[in-house]
Amino acid sequence: MRAAIDGDRTAYRRLLEALTPVLRASARRGFVRGGLGADEAEDVVQETLLAIHLKRHTWDRSQPLMPWVVTIARNKLIDALRRRGRRGEVPVEDFAEILPAPPERDPTEGRDVERLLGRLGARQRDIVRSITVEDRSVAETASRLMMTEGAVRVALHRGLRALAALYGREP
Amino acid sequence: MKTDDLIDGLVADADHPVLPLARGFGLAVLAGAIVAALLFALLLGPRPDFAAVAATPRFLLKFVETGLLASAATALSIRLARPEGDGTVAVRVLVAAALLLGAAVVIELVVVPGADWGRRLVGRNWYHCLALVPFLSLAPFVALMAAARHGAPTRPRLAGAVVGLASAGIGAFFYAANCTDDSPLFVVTWYGLAVAAMAGLGAAIGGRVLRW
Repeated sequence: MRAAIDGDRTAYRRLLEALTPVLRASARRGFVRGGLGADEAEDVVQETLLAIHLKRHTWDRSQPLMPWVVTIARNKLIDALRRRGRRGEVPVEDFAEILPAPPERDPTEGRDVERLLGRLGARQRDIVRSITVEDRSVAETASRLMMTEGAVRVALHRGLRALAALYGREP
Repeated sequence: MKTDDLIDGLVADADHPVLPLARGFGLAVLAGAIVAALLFALLLGPRPDFAAVAATPRFLLKFVETGLLASAATALSIRLARPEGDGTVAVRVLVAAALLLGAAVVIELVVVPGADWGRRLVGRNWYHCLALVPFLSLAPFVALMAAARHGAPTRPRLAGAVVGLASAGIGAFFYAANCTDDSPLFVVTWYGLAVAAMAGLGAAIGGRVLRW
């Protein structure tokens, strides 16, 4: 995370990819415990990753990273369970034992994010989809939409922030 | 959208500059204090006998108290803006400030004859205090609330209340230079009420705007 905050993208990707299975295991466990299907848990994984990304400056560099990650994950899980009308209480112990969970493959499809993307402006949605789902780089997206790279970056950032805000507002 | 795709988007956004949390709060305090200082200088100004009372203990205590409140509550709100943050040290400073004020009240009760207590408590300008402390706190309040929103507080109402405390500390620090009532009996009552009102406002607003 330190390297990532200092601008090392490769390190950042490695970190997010390493955190994902951990987040997935805890989200599924939380959903099953709350009487919900584990297949919906991927939405919480994605919402948590988005929060980790947008709030990464709230991690105190002098502290270990995992307690910070776990706190965010627990909060997002509680929010998600609450939105789905379940008991929103998750003990910390649920997260303590799941660190070495093996990486799981699929289904890694998030449904909330698709629906929320539909509520962004057309241009923002295009840009977010282009860089995520369609695997284009910022430069490719910029030339395809005839925008400057700076404008694409700004639109991407605003789009991600808007998505994060929409999660909380959706019923 | 697959999670791997989302990660692509997050990595592409990693270059977007982020303001470090503490620096955001620093800027908020600075901006809020500058606005409060300007309003103070333009509309209030120091009390007429400022030079004569500047070294009296009762007058100075007001600055010690409001300064402690402002700095400890700001430190605490930075801690509360981190998801896993707890602010034990800052809470201790706040408690120490409250104990200091309590001790000052006791001393005041001892050195001042009982017949004078009521007059000192009510003071001359209690309504000024109730109106002007929140008024001067407003700019710091907005700036600090924005800084807290930039953070990720897991207890939004508490974080908002502490933002209210910090901004009231800043507002009261300036108002204290204008206020002609120096008795700790006055300070604990009217400053206390104004500070509590800002904390309540902060809790109410924080509960709404500090969710993320």
